[in-house]
Amino acid sequence: MAHGDDKEGNGHGHVADEDRRDILFLATGATAAVGVASAVWPLVDQMNASASVLALSSIEVDVSALEPGQEMKVSFLKAPVFIRRMTEEDIAEAQKEDINSLPDPDARNPNAPDAQATVDARLLGENKDLIVLSGVCTHLGCVPLGDGAGDYHGWFCPCHGSHYDNLGRIRQGPAPENLPIPVASLNGDILKLG
Amino acid sequence: MGTIPQEHYEPKEGTTSKWINDRLPIMGMIDHLQKFPTPKNLNYAYVFGGILVLFLVIQIVTGITLAMHYQTGEASAFNSVEHIMRDVNYGWLLRYAHANGASFFFIAVYAHIFRGLYYGSYKAPREILWIIGVLIFVVMMATAFMGYVLPWGQMSFWGAKVITSLFGAIPLVGESLKEWLWGGPYVGDATLNRMFSLHYLLPFVIAGLTVLHIWALHHVGNTNPTGVEVRKESLETVKKDTVPFTPFYITKDLFAILVFLIAFAFFVYFAPNYLGHPDNYIEANPLATPAHIVPEWYFLPFYAILRAITFDFLWIIPAKLGGVLAMFGAIAVLAFIPWLDTSNVRSTTYRPIYRWWFLVLVIDFFVLMWAGGQPAEGIVPLVSLLATIYWFAHFLIVLPVVGLIEKPLPRPETIEQAFKDKHDHSDDASSGPTADASVQPAE
Repeated sequence: MAHGDDKEGNGHGHVADEDRRDILFLATGATAAVGVASAVWPLVDQMNASASVLALSSIEVDVSALEPGQEMKVSFLKAPVFIRRMTEEDIAEAQKEDINSLPDPDARNPNAPDAQATVDARLLGENKDLIVLSGVCTHLGCVPLGDGAGDYHGWFCPCHGSHYDNLGRIRQGPAPENLPIPVASLNGDILKLG
Repeated sequence: MGTIPQEHYEPKEGTTSKWINDRLPIMGMIDHLQKFPTPKNLNYAYVFGGILVLFLVIQIVTGITLAMHYQTGEASAFNSVEHIMRDVNYGWLLRYAHANGASFFFIAVYAHIFRGLYYGSYKAPREILWIIGVLIFVVMMATAFMGYVLPWGQMSFWGAKVITSLFGAIPLVGESLKEWLWGGPYVGDATLNRMFSLHYLLPFVIAGLTVLHIWALHHVGNTNPTGVEVRKESLETVKKDTVPFTPFYITKDLFAILVFLIAFAFFVYFAPNYLGHPDNYIEANPLATPAHIVPEWYFLPFYAILRAITFDFLWIIPAKLGGVLAMFGAIAVLAFIPWLDTSNVRSTTYRPIYRWWFLVLVIDFFVLMWAGGQPAEGIVPLVSLLATIYWFAHFLIVLPVVGLIEKPLPRPETIEQAFKDKHDHSDDASSGPTADASVQPAE
């Protein structure tokens, strides 16, 4: 381009020049957009869970010492997980309930997707005698009290009075859902969480 | 806004721009910045200001993200940096970009400073613009130094100890000042915590100073390679000497930024530790000093000046204090250049004697940089001393004296004329150099 074109500083050239300039604008803009996006992604992604946090997202718990009727609490992802070995009476009591009369009939069990909150779907292990629950009230996140607390002999949340039965199903109070069961699998006496 | 006549911003009736501008004149300010009349003859020495703004942004953004993962404290700082390198998503990229970003920030600032020295950017009416620049440089050095302490490696620790000990050289209050800086009788948690706090604060001080720097620049206008001022009598004369910043110089600056970023990316991706020291990957140990302590490359010239003074100065100033005074004085002298330069010619291009001395100053700077990186033995102390003497002599003797005795070369009358002389040869390729006919005699 001759120097004369820009003498007035307004950048107006010939029509052909303007077409060419549009393409240059688009190409430059597209390249810049890709460049900015790839520069911004690391800045966003650094806020995601780091490798060291992800490495802690799975733990193993030895449950061999747990006798029927006993309960233990472990810390998983900085939150409590309740593990209880059910007695025959516990199971018999739980089986009496009609699923359809429960406030939340969903099993809330990622290990048994889409199941109803039956005894079978809530319990883990070959003997189906182990209940594993996330110990975080589904109302506002308090930790419920255990060892048969509450009107339904399961867990009771002291913050706002939610009663859970011995399968961790919500029965009474403001909590909307059953206590969820974490992703878990049992290998002999070793319970793997996550 | 400034002293250069510029087309007034007139938003159309009924537009959102007008609604906003009537309440906060920010649209007018953006318009002013975009259309700012910039001398049409700027060369590539003038691109570093834009590069510096970009690197300030890069350093702040990468720094804030690193601070999300960094844990200060003697027990955790070193490990948290390794955590950033190994575990955090793209943590290695953020840290390497931040560390090498500091180096490239300094490459750009030194180029920017020497461009200002060569083209007389400090001369009236730009003294305050220049002094704000010197302040930015000082705060930048403080920020970079404190940032280097944060990983709490061996170089971090001993660098912090040596540099803060400098203040101990000050008579009477030195020892108590040092303990105040350290937060106790040793360099430890308290020291590290305040370094982190200030390292986070000072970049925003730099950003504030940068706003003042650019404000002053837009008030008085850019210099240019000829040193001839834009004719500010009317909008017409301004238009003959300048082009609007957008699109002309934004395009040129972006091109320079791309080239600069390619070099930056090379270091970040292929040689991320080339400019650092392996010793800083050893956790700080207060009981063992590394064999050879050197600061980062960008401090080497001033470190050389610090070490150059090994004798009691004027019988009253002990060597330790002398070195400290020389080091701070070597930077402080920059602030007085507007009054030390006695020449009435701005651009060194037209100063046949001074340009050689300028070359000596540039060489002197690199000699000091080399000397600062060597162990202080053999010929190094002597070289450091001579180079230090020249650094001060240049500003305190050469600059005032050469201005008085030199006969400057003829300069173009206007920027428009200089631009034509340079670019219109194609019109009459057969004729010889026509530049001489259009220049005015020297004053």
